[in-house]
Amino acid sequence: MKVLYFSWLKTRAGIGEETVTPPAGVASVGALLNWLATRSPGHAAALANRSVVRVAVNQEYATTNAPVGPNDEIALFPPVTGG
Amino acid sequence: MIRVQREDFDAAAEAKALVAGNHRVGSVVTFVGLVRGAAGEATIGAMTLEHYPGMTERELAKIDAEARARWPLEASLIVHRYGRLKPGDQIVLVVTASAHRQAAFAANEFLVDWLKTKAPFWKLESTAQGEQWVDARAADDYAAKRWGPK
Repeated sequence: MKVLYFSWLKTRAGIGEETVTPPAGVASVGALLNWLATRSPGHAAALANRSVVRVAVNQEYATTNAPVGPNDEIALFPPVTGG
Repeated sequence: MIRVQREDFDAAAEAKALVAGNHRVGSVVTFVGLVRGAAGEATIGAMTLEHYPGMTERELAKIDAEARARWPLEASLIVHRYGRLKPGDQIVLVVTASAHRQAAFAANEFLVDWLKTKAPFWKLESTAQGEQWVDARAADDYAAKRWGPK
């Protein structure tokens, strides 16, 4: 699956986009965030405070229990500040 | 209608074109958001807007559709810029048009409130102290919530 990072999550994770293959048991947004946080100290720092991490699955806002699969595009970003 | 672009826009020309030929329109409300020159004590040198291409357009289209469902609008337009901007530059344009003013005013305010809390844009401020991502404001969440759920 493709994972995108925006704003300070990108800065902290040290990467804007990556293709990952999580273990079979990782099937929800929450489980994916837990697994991504183990990938590097930067990932851990980016995902340390989940209350300020928003998630989109295939460009739609998603909650922690939403399912994720191999063909999905997952985006992680802080609360938005446009306008 | 929605557009996401790097280029500047001409608010008056956009509003005029939006309602051209539609004689049911009696009211046009135009909102333009600008880059402020200060953040607290700090002077802003530049503001860079990042966004999520694809999702940005989808979210803006959903917000636009929601406004059209809630108010009797004849036309509506959201133009949001991205990239590096300077103080005084235009960031966002929201135009709403209706037969009578109440719908155009209310829908315009709704669109601005909702896009600020839903459309995936992030502001990076450059000041003499360096670059800093702007934090979301509780006041914006509050403003968006008064329009009810969805």
